Amino acid sequence: MTDSKYFTTTKKGEIFELKAELNSDKKEKKKEAVKKVIASMTVGKDVSALFPDVVNCMQTDNLELKKLVYLYLMNYAKSQPDMAIMAVNTFVKDCEDPNPLIRALAVRTMGCIRVDKITEYLCEPLRKCLKDEDPYVRKTAAVCVAKLHDINAQLVEDQGFLDTLKDLISDSNPMVVANAVAALSEIAESHPSSNLLDLNPQSINKLLTALNECTEWGQIFILDCLANYMPKDDREAQSICERVTPRLSHANSAVVLSAVKVLMKFMEMLSKDLDYYGTLLKKLAPPLVTLLSAEPELQYVALRNINLIVQKRPEILKHEMKVFFVKYNDPIYVKLEKLDIMIRLASQANIAQVLAELKEYATEVDVDFVRKAVRAIGRCAIKVEQSAERCVSTLLDLIQTKVNYVVQEAIVVIKDIFRKYPNKYESVIATLCENLDSLDEPEARAAMIWIVGEYAERIDNADELLESFLEGFHDESTQVQLQLLTAIVKLFLKKPTETQELVQQVLSLATQDSDNPDLRDRGYIYWRLLSTDPVAAKEVVLAEKPLISEETDLIEPTLLDELICYIGTLASVYHKPPSAFVEGSRGVVHKSLPPRTGSSESAESPDTAPSGVQAPEQPAVIPTQGDLLGDLLNLDLGPPVSGPPMATSSVQMGAVDLLGGGLDSLMGGGGSGGGSFAAPSTAAPANLAAPLGSGLGDLFDLTGGVGTLPGSYVAPKTVWLPAMKAKGLEISGTFSRQVGSISMDLVLTNKALQVMSDFAIQFNRNSFGLAPAAPLQVHAPLAPNQSVEISLPLNTVGSVMKMDPLNNLQVAVKNNIDVFYFSTLYPLHILFVEDGKMERQMFLATWKDIPNENEAQFQIKDCSLNADAISSKLQGSNIFTIAKRNVEGQDMLYQSLKLTNGIWVLAELRIQPSNPSFTDLELSLKCRAPEVAPYVFQAYETVLKN
Amino acid sequence: MGAAFGGPKHRLTVKSSEFLHMANYRCLFLINASGDIFLEKHWKSVVSRSVCDYFFEAQERASEAENVPPVIPTPHHYLLSVYRHKIFFVAVIQTEVPPLFVIEFLHRVVDTFQDYFGVCSEVMIKDNVVVVYEVLEEMLDNGFPLATESNILKELIKPPTILRTVVNTITGSTNVGDQLPTGQLSVVPWRRTGVKYTNNEAYFDVIEEIDAIIDKSGSTITAEIQGVIDACVKLTGMPDLTLSFMNPRLLDDVSFHPCVRFKRWESERILSFIPPDGNFRLLSYHVSAQNLVAIPVYVKHNISFRDGSSLGRFEITVGPKQTMGKTIEGVMVASQMPKGVLNMSLTPSQGTHIFDPVTKLLSWDVGKINPQKLPSLKGTMSLQAGASKPDENPTINLQFKIQQLAISGLKVNRLDMYGEKYKPFKGIKYMTKAGKFQVRT
Repeated sequence: MTDSKYFTTTKKGEIFELKAELNSDKKEKKKEAVKKVIASMTVGKDVSALFPDVVNCMQTDNLELKKLVYLYLMNYAKSQPDMAIMAVNTFVKDCEDPNPLIRALAVRTMGCIRVDKITEYLCEPLRKCLKDEDPYVRKTAAVCVAKLHDINAQLVEDQGFLDTLKDLISDSNPMVVANAVAALSEIAESHPSSNLLDLNPQSINKLLTALNECTEWGQIFILDCLANYMPKDDREAQSICERVTPRLSHANSAVVLSAVKVLMKFMEMLSKDLDYYGTLLKKLAPPLVTLLSAEPELQYVALRNINLIVQKRPEILKHEMKVFFVKYNDPIYVKLEKLDIMIRLASQANIAQVLAELKEYATEVDVDFVRKAVRAIGRCAIKVEQSAERCVSTLLDLIQTKVNYVVQEAIVVIKDIFRKYPNKYESVIATLCENLDSLDEPEARAAMIWIVGEYAERIDNADELLESFLEGFHDESTQVQLQLLTAIVKLFLKKPTETQELVQQVLSLATQDSDNPDLRDRGYIYWRLLSTDPVAAKEVVLAEKPLISEETDLIEPTLLDELICYIGTLASVYHKPPSAFVEGSRGVVHKSLPPRTGSSESAESPDTAPSGVQAPEQPAVIPTQGDLLGDLLNLDLGPPVSGPPMATSSVQMGAVDLLGGGLDSLMGGGGSGGGSFAAPSTAAPANLAAPLGSGLGDLFDLTGGVGTLPGSYVAPKTVWLPAMKAKGLEISGTFSRQVGSISMDLVLTNKALQVMSDFAIQFNRNSFGLAPAAPLQVHAPLAPNQSVEISLPLNTVGSVMKMDPLNNLQVAVKNNIDVFYFSTLYPLHILFVEDGKMERQMFLATWKDIPNENEAQFQIKDCSLNADAISSKLQGSNIFTIAKRNVEGQDMLYQSLKLTNGIWVLAELRIQPSNPSFTDLELSLKCRAPEVAPYVFQAYETVLKN
Repeated sequence: MGAAFGGPKHRLTVKSSEFLHMANYRCLFLINASGDIFLEKHWKSVVSRSVCDYFFEAQERASEAENVPPVIPTPHHYLLSVYRHKIFFVAVIQTEVPPLFVIEFLHRVVDTFQDYFGVCSEVMIKDNVVVVYEVLEEMLDNGFPLATESNILKELIKPPTILRTVVNTITGSTNVGDQLPTGQLSVVPWRRTGVKYTNNEAYFDVIEEIDAIIDKSGSTITAEIQGVIDACVKLTGMPDLTLSFMNPRLLDDVSFHPCVRFKRWESERILSFIPPDGNFRLLSYHVSAQNLVAIPVYVKHNISFRDGSSLGRFEITVGPKQTMGKTIEGVMVASQMPKGVLNMSLTPSQGTHIFDPVTKLLSWDVGKINPQKLPSLKGTMSLQAGASKPDENPTINLQFKIQQLAISGLKVNRLDMYGEKYKPFKGIKYMTKAGKFQVRT
C-alpha cells in the first residue's frame, strides 16, 4: 500500500482513465486520482492535459486534496493561463478562510503562479495578508511580495507593497522580520541604486534583536544583510561584532560562515591595538576548524573560503596546520583544497611537519593528488628558504622512486627552485640527467632542457644531451621547441667552439622548417643577434634573470578585499567577484572593505582620501582563476617577477619566453603601447648581413604617439590589461572626446604564441551609461606580437548603475581564447557636452538655488596660467566661462558645464595673478548631484595640467 | 556582464547578488548511482532535466561517486549536490547564493526523509513520492526554507506508518494536518505545546568520534575528537532543563541546537534549554589536536614487499592502549592493498577476514579485543611475478567502539528539570567510536 502504486498505470489510456477518476463523485477516488497525477508529474511526465479536471477538485474542504491541487497548479498554470483564471475565485476565498494555515497557503500559492492575469487579483488578498493578525500569514505574505515583484515590479511599487514590507522590519515577530529582510534583499538586488534596505543604527538594532530569535535560515538573511552595512565608527563596528559573535557557535554551517563574513568585514575597522581585536581573532579559529568536520560538501565550500581568510589574515589559523592534513579517504576535491591551504600556512615553524606529510602524499594512489603534492614540495622550498635544502633532498628521494609522473613533476619544480636559488643546488643536476629518457611530458622535457641550457658550462655532455632532443625536433610541442632553441643558443654562447654546428642546425630547423611564427621569429632574432653582435647577444641571452617570488599564488589584494566581502557566496568558491559571472540584467555593486578608523592607519584606503582623488590609474585586473601551482611553473607564461609591477615598468614581460633572457626587455623598451613588429619574411636569412640598424630597427619598430584631432584633452594610453593576466592579450588605451563624440582608443597587442581573433567588447553597466556605439572591429586576426589600434566609438545610452568610484568602467573583452575582464577609470571631461554654457541669469539663479551644503571646495596646485589661458584651455574640454570678475586683485571665473546625463555643474574658479608665488587655484563647485564634484575637480586638474 | 558573448562556451548568464537567496532553488533532482533521475521537483519554473547532463559528465569523470565535486558550473545554472545513501541530491541554482545555505538545506532534506521513512533510499522515496512532494513543498517556499524542524514538519505532514496507511485507506482520512503547528510561531518554535507522556524520560548520549592519523612508527600525527550529545526527550508539558558538566572547560569549540541559551553558557558554562520533543542533537563539539587526545588502540604492522620476489609478508596485530579499563569492541580493520597484490593468504587469530582480489580491499572483522590474547592477522601476499615492488604502502583504516567512555574525559555532572512538577527518568550514556582513524604503514 505505497505510493508506488501510482506509477503502475502506464498503459495508453492513462490520461483518459485519470480524467474519469478526477471527475468521479467519490471524494476518495478523486483524491487518489490527484495523487496519481502528482506522481506522474514528479517523474517528469506531462499531465498538463488534465488541467481543467484537476482545478475542478480545488474547491474542497479536504486540506490534503487542496494542497495537492495547489502543487499541480504551480507546475502547470504557466502553460494554461486562461484555465488558471478559473482558480482565482477559490484563491480569493481561501485568503479569507478562518484557518491561518489556509490563508497562508492560498497567498503563497498565488504568488507562485506566474500568470499576469492572476497577479492582478492577488493584490487585494496580499494587502490583507500583509496586515494579518497571524504572524504565520504575515511572514508568508512578505515572501509573496518578492515573488510578485519578480513577476511585475511596477505593480508592486504602484500598490505600495514596498512600504508595507519596510514596515514589517519593525514587526514584533522575529520570523516576520527575517522574511521581510529576505524579501527586501531580493527586491533591492534588482534595483541596486534604490535605497530599499535603509540601514541605519536603529534598523540595525532591530535586525540584531531579531537575529537572536529567528530561525537559522532567517539568521543567514539577516547576517548577509548586516554585512552590507557600513558602521559609522569603530565603536559601532565593535558592538555589532559583539552581538554577532554568538552565531559562530551555531550548528548550521551557513550561519557560521555568514557570521564570519560580517566579522571579517567589520574587523577592518577595529584598531589592531584593541584588546577586542585580539579576542575576535581568537574566536574565529574554532568555528572554522569545526566546519572541517562537517560533511565533505560543506568542507569543500569552507575550505575555499578559508583559502581567502588565510590570505587576508594568516594569523587566525596559523596554529591549526594539522587540521588541514589530508585523510586518505577524503574526496579528491577536499584533498586538493587542503593541500593549497597547507602551502599557504607553511612557515619556518611548521615546515618539517608539512614536508613529512607532503612526502607521504606523494606515494598515494591518486595521480592528480600526487602531482600536486610534488609541486607543493617545490612551493615550500620557494616559500620557506630555510627548508629549501630539505625540499630538494625530498624531491631527489622521490625521483629515486622512478614513478614516471612523480619524476616529471619533480623535475618541473626543481627548475623553479633553481630559479629562486641560483647556484646553490646544481649538484643534483647529474641525478636529473639520469632520468632524461623517461620524460615524456612537454612541461617536464622543457624544464629539463632549460636546466641543461642554463647550466651548460657545468654539464660536460650538454651538447650531446641537447642534440639528442634535436633529433625529433618537429615532433616536439612548441613549448619544448622554443626551449630547445633557447637552450642551444645559450650553450653556443657559453661553449662557442664545439657547438657551432648544433646552433646552425637548430636555427635552420626553427626558421626554415617550421610553420610556427613564434618559433620562426625567435629563431630570426637569435640569428640576427648572433650574426651582428655576439657580445650583445651574450648580454641579452645570458642576462641575469629576475628571481621568481613566492608571492605568485596570492590573490591580488584589491580583489582579495572584495572577495572577503563575498565570503560564503559562490564568488568565494570561484575566487572571482560576481562581476566576473554576472548577467547584464541585474546590477552589481562593487563591495569594498570599510576603512579602519580611530587609529593611525586611517590613510590605508585610498577610497576615502578627502579630495576623492584616485591613486594613479592602476589597472585593476581581475585575474583569471588559475591553478595555484600551475602559473608559477608554466614556462611560457611570464612568471611573476619580484620587481616593480608590470603596468608601470617599462620592461615588458610578454608571453615571449622569459627564460630566453633579456630579449624581451629589449623589445618592449619602446613603451607600453607595444612594438608592432611584423613577422620577417621567409627571405630574411638573405638579409642577415644587413646592418644592425635596419635589421633590428625594423623588428623593434617603436610606435609613436597617437595623433589626435582637436578636441578635449586626451591622456596618453596606459596599460589596462597586462598580457600576463589575459593569456597574452595586452590592452592599453585612453578616452577621448572630439566634436561631440566619445571614443575609447585602444591598442590590442597579442603577446601570446597563437593567433587571436573574434574580438568583442562589452561594458558593464556604469554610472553614466557608457556603452560601445559599434561593435569592436578588428578586421584581421591578430598574429602573435602584432598590435592593432582601434578607436571604439561610445555613446551614453547604455544602462546606468552607480559605480564606486563613480567613473569606474568595467570592461569585458572576448577573443577566441577566453573572456577577460578589467576595469579602468575614465576622465569625467569626456562627458562634458558641447552645449554646456549656461545663460548668465540662469547661472546666478541656479547658483543661489543649489543649497550650500552641495558646494565643494578644491585646490588646484601649481598652475601658473592666467585667467584667459585657463579659460581657453578649459573651453577646449567644454568647460565654459560665463563671466569673469576681478575682486581684490583676484580673478574670479564663473563657469558651467553639463554632463551627458543632463547634470549641470557650476564652478567658481579663483586665480591670483598678482601674486606670482601663489600659483594655487581655488575651485568651488556647486551641483545638485554633489557626488560628481570630486571627479569634475579631477577633470579640471587633468585638463589644466596638460 | 552582458549576454552579448553569445558563444556556447562563454555564456555568462548567472545573475548576481550577494544576498539573493530566494528564488534560488530552481529545482531539485534526485539521481541514483547509475545516473537515473528518479525524482524532480521544480520551483518557479521548470528547468529541463538536460541540465543534469553536466552533472553526469562530472560523475563520469570522477573515479568514485564520493569524488563528484559539490559545485558544478554550467552555462546558465550552478549545480550544487550532496551525496548520501548512494543518492545524489542535486539542486539547480540560477543566482549567486551562499552555497552552504543550499548544501545545508539539502542535508536537512536527507535527514528529514530519513526521519520520515526510517531509511532514505530510492525505493523508499518512490514508495512515498506524494509525501515526499508534500514535505518538500512545506520545507521550501520559492527558495526560502519554511519549516525544516522535523517536529513541525511532522505536525504538518504526518509520516507514513503502516497502521496509518491502513487506517487512511479504510476511513479515507488524510495525512495532512489541518492545524497550524503550534510551535511554528511561538517563542520556542522547536517545541509543540500540549505534549503528554505517561512515562516521562530524558536520555542523553555523549558520543565521541576520534579522527586520527598515526604514522609508520606509531606516533600520532594528528588526532581530534568530534563529539555530539544526542538527546531523546519525552517529557510532558514545557520542561526547562539544565545540564552541567564536571569539566566544561573541555568544550571550547561548540555548536548548539537553537534551543540552548547561549548567554547562560557564556556566563556559567551550563546548558539551559527547553528541549524539542523527541530526538534531537543538543550540541556538537570539537576537541582539537592541540589538546592531548588519548589514542585507545595501537596497530603493530609488518607489511613488506621485496623486489624481485613474488611473495610479500603481511602481519598486523591490534592492541589496546589508553582505554581507561574499558573493553574495545566492534573492531574492524580495512586496508586498500596496492594493485600489484594478486592474492593474500592469511590466518586470523580471531574474527573473519576477506580479501577481494578485484578491488584489492582487505577487511578483517576482529570483534572484541582481549588484552590477554591480542588479535592478529598473519600470512603472505602473492604479487604479480616480475613486477617491481609497489610504490605506495597501504593505509590501515580502523573502526572500533568503546562503551561507557567519553575519550575526551567529558562527564555530565547533573541534569535538572524546572517548570514541571513530575519526576522524569534520566539517563546518560557515553560512547567512543573511531571516526576517520588511519594508520600508515
